[in-house]
Amino acid sequence: MIFSSIVIFTIMVVVGIIFALIRLAIGPTLADRVVALDLITTQIVGIIAVYSIAISNSTYLIDAITITILSFLGTVTFAYYLGIGGKP
Amino acid sequence: MIKEILTSLFLLLGGFFMLLAGFGILRFPDVYTRMHAATKSGTLGVTGALIALSLYFWDTEITVRAMLPILFTLITAPVAAHCISRSAFKSGVELSENSVINEFEQNQEISTDEQIK
Repeated sequence: MIFSSIVIFTIMVVVGIIFALIRLAIGPTLADRVVALDLITTQIVGIIAVYSIAISNSTYLIDAITITILSFLGTVTFAYYLGIGGKP
Repeated sequence: MIKEILTSLFLLLGGFFMLLAGFGILRFPDVYTRMHAATKSGTLGVTGALIALSLYFWDTEITVRAMLPILFTLITAPVAAHCISRSAFKSGVELSENSVINEFEQNQEISTDEQIK
């Protein structure tokens, strides 16, 4: 039962990542692209969690914490770039 | 047995919210509504996946390590969304034409009027 849930979860998250990648490609402004990147990193943390369940090994949880913090830093950096008058 | 059922339930819930986040970021009309979809649904999705992970392992150390990304996401996602939406509004990104209210601009006008008086 857990195996089929893992497969369904992976399919749903990959479809979500594909939607976010489409928005990253066609986004009219820079803010759209930054929001899409933020969503993609959140979904990658979910992929890491389900991969840890699939291999029954919790080594990669540290990477989930690191990716969360780095995504916040990247978003705030782009917000600062937009705030000081960068090209949108 | 009941642990497996709960793990599968939280996994499916998290995956459904992540799918909703992707669908919302593709279909909503402007930056601010897209940000609303991405932040809230993404936070719920990652919370569901990590709760499923801590239920699957059923271990104190791994549970504490799985609660840390949830905590960081719950703290940093609203702050990041606030920063990027404020910067987007200041850099001149238009609202959708279906929007009915723009409280930020009205507050700015009121405060500048008070400064003039």
